[in-house]
Amino acid sequence: MSLLQVQGLGISFGGIRAVHDVSFNVKAGEIVSVIGPNGAGKTTLFNMISSIYRPDSGTVHLEGKDITATEPHRLARLGMSRTFQNLQIFQEMTVLENAIAGYHMQESGPLWQDLFALPGSRRRAAKAREGAYELLARVGLKNAAEQEAGNLSYGALKRLEIARALATEPKVLLLDEPAAGCNAVETEEIDELIAETAKTGIAILLVEHDMKMVMRISNHIVVLDHGEKIAEGDPATVSQNPDVIAAYLGTGEEEASHADG
Amino acid sequence: MDGLMQFIFSGLTVGAVYALVALGFTIIYNASDVVNFSQGEFVMLGGMITVFTFEAGLPLPLAAVVAIAVTAGVGVALNKLAIEPARGAPVVSLIIITIGASILIRGASQLIFDKQLHRFPAFSGDEPLQVLGATILPQSLWVIGGALLVFVALWLFFTKTLTGKAVLATANNRLAAQLVGINTNYVMTLSFALSAAIGALAGVLVTPITLVGYDVGVGLALKGFAAAMLGGMGNPKGALVGGLLLGLCEALTAGFLSSQYKEAVAFVIILAVLFVMPQGLFGRKSTERV
Repeated sequence: MSLLQVQGLGISFGGIRAVHDVSFNVKAGEIVSVIGPNGAGKTTLFNMISSIYRPDSGTVHLEGKDITATEPHRLARLGMSRTFQNLQIFQEMTVLENAIAGYHMQESGPLWQDLFALPGSRRRAAKAREGAYELLARVGLKNAAEQEAGNLSYGALKRLEIARALATEPKVLLLDEPAAGCNAVETEEIDELIAETAKTGIAILLVEHDMKMVMRISNHIVVLDHGEKIAEGDPATVSQNPDVIAAYLGTGEEEASHADG
Repeated sequence: MDGLMQFIFSGLTVGAVYALVALGFTIIYNASDVVNFSQGEFVMLGGMITVFTFEAGLPLPLAAVVAIAVTAGVGVALNKLAIEPARGAPVVSLIIITIGASILIRGASQLIFDKQLHRFPAFSGDEPLQVLGATILPQSLWVIGGALLVFVALWLFFTKTLTGKAVLATANNRLAAQLVGINTNYVMTLSFALSAAIGALAGVLVTPITLVGYDVGVGLALKGFAAAMLGGMGNPKGALVGGLLLGLCEALTAGFLSSQYKEAVAFVIILAVLFVMPQGLFGRKSTERV
């Protein structure tokens, strides 16, 4: 059964139909990529799935449960986490503290235990710290643990955001352009990280512009153009689809200037 | 020298009240970037409700607890009815809402209570204590002790407890906080309740010394704001030090210059801080990354 089911999702902003009637499924352990030219509605789609926007139509189901427009903090508890194209990092905390924040839900215990620093509270804090260190090592940020997050490069912050999202132990992980701003080596590392994560049974939904990466790691690709799904299938099928080629390369005189954003 | 000691004592007492008001500002500012100008009304409510429940026959400690609880409820209502519905509005709009709320609370108090000044008996009598050649009221010790206790409790809350850290995370980045499962609406409600309760506590402690009337909130809010700015908005340590410093400056000005200028001190300090070091004594320099 599909872990995440998106059914007929649509939203308009002041008469502009940003996304219209988009449906697809993501199974556990599967990597599904959403691609399309700039402005196709990929991030808007993500924002609806993760309840940042309330869709005008359609539903989102997680493990068969309707989660359409559930408050974001509840989604985290239900097992959905995400990263952002333009980063949502605790800039004034250290890298380690950012990762520890991801353990917020697992760390909660009685208030009085915290206040008197009782063993229970210290044990939970130590566990969160350990887990955070491990995740930072996995995304290659262990050496930056004590630095203030605001000082990190864009590519490093992208990876920090993935680490924080993984700390919440999600069942579904939405990654909005995880490789943007990363060099070739870093991209490959993120690539591996995503593949490994999927192997642990987490369903991954990806928006990415790096086509090589998308073709390499995706099990399934959904193509959007002008807010509508124009194609869907495995990488080989999608890359041969004439509609997809037209959307990316334009037809006739149009230049493909917007394909590489 | 006697004079100096005397001025210092009275400065510390007033300063401790300013510090409590400033701590109230700090909590809400930390959770939401909003400067809550109805903070002074919480102090007034704390004093007024204690006066009226005490006169209605409740024992003083119980009256104080009722006052603090009711004021915390008013804080929650302020958040639920006025701030939460306007979420997403610019911070300046939210601040203006708090000014409106303060006018409403003041007006309502004038109707529900009255326009007189009130007091209730000091907790440990009115017999002044002799310390270092000067006198100090036992109630002053209650005020100073109360401010220190609240400061320590808040410090523990923000640094040691998960809930406290959730408040700081919400202030830092609301969306990211939600992503890791923090209920930011709850954090806001908690902040308003806590902040109102601290304001009310200040009102309870100081009423035997300074008396309370429906309109004492405005002045206290401004002084508390000056103290918070001086110490650095958002920093509990800054609120404490800023409050005590402001109180001392006022008392010393009144003592050695003229009590005419006492009120001006707070405003001169606000201006000086804003011109010279807008981040205050302990505030961090804010840099926004694009």
